[in-house]
Amino acid sequence: MSEITLRLNDEPARLPAGTSLADALHTWHYADRRVAVAINGEFVPRSAYTEQVLKDDDRIDIVAPVGGG
Amino acid sequence: MNAAHDDALTLYGETFTSRFLLGTALYSSPTVMQEAIQAAGCEMVTLGLRRQNPASGDGDAFWQILRDSGCRLLPNTAGCRSAREAITLAQMSRELFDTPWIKLEVIGDDYNLQPDPFGLLEAARELIGQGFKVLPYCTDDLILCQRLRDAGCEALMPWGSPIGTGLGLMNRYALTTLRQRLDVPLIIDAGLGAPSQAAEAMEMGFDGVLLNTAVAKAHRPALMAEAFAEAITAGRKAYLAGLMQQRQTASPSTPTVGQPFWHRDGG
Repeated sequence: MSEITLRLNDEPARLPAGTSLADALHTWHYADRRVAVAINGEFVPRSAYTEQVLKDDDRIDIVAPVGGG
Repeated sequence: MNAAHDDALTLYGETFTSRFLLGTALYSSPTVMQEAIQAAGCEMVTLGLRRQNPASGDGDAFWQILRDSGCRLLPNTAGCRSAREAITLAQMSRELFDTPWIKLEVIGDDYNLQPDPFGLLEAARELIGQGFKVLPYCTDDLILCQRLRDAGCEALMPWGSPIGTGLGLMNRYALTTLRQRLDVPLIIDAGLGAPSQAAEAMEMGFDGVLLNTAVAKAHRPALMAEAFAEAITAGRKAYLAGLMQQRQTASPSTPTVGQPFWHRDGG
């Protein structure tokens, strides 16, 4: 099976080609976490996780709440 | 009847009895933060979003405390350096926190973390169009503030001085001008280091104060939060009561008529 290479929070990551964002979040242990996602700087709503297929060189940001001023 | 008793702050049609907005960063522990929030009596707290490693469970206690506080959440776009970044982070915040409120920050300079007025205005226009309740962290520039108001911002948050400096109200002329020229709620955000500075802002007619570092970095954060809360209340009451006009020469407060030991002949 072919693989794609992408950036997860600016770190290199690999996934099987054709992986959805929903499956990637599960693989990366984010599935039950309170997070929000952007791909290539664009917000991806939760409702789109299943249909969003990740591509080579995608830059994925996964964020969670932190203290802020 | 206390005239200040029913003096609520209204932001985007929602009323707040507290005029103190508190940040949630830089505390030594979640418990210390919780104590500060309670001591402040605030009804709105700011928070942020950052990349998270799934192995890290650090945010769980933090999140639980904020949820239990009952405070309205005001997520920020801290650190964003363009309108596009800020818009994306605002959209992520809206989903994650289930709120349209956003403290909009677009930073233009690393040295003083000064807001980028051009990116800020661009992002504010876009986000208001998307239904956000935007509270922009802005400079004290009158024209920028007018443009933000015209874009639909129903409240503005000009800086007192750069974030984390504790320098207080750096440009009183500009801030006074803002207060005189704008009729939307104005909240002094950033740069306040002492309760006296917060009191002064409120005496000038500002509608609220947002701060973080001065409380979080105090030796006793809860006690400092209480001090700020009292100063903000005092300053607001003074503004409502009406400050006296300053004058250059002395004017006796005790009546001069009937002064004992005084004689017309000067003897």
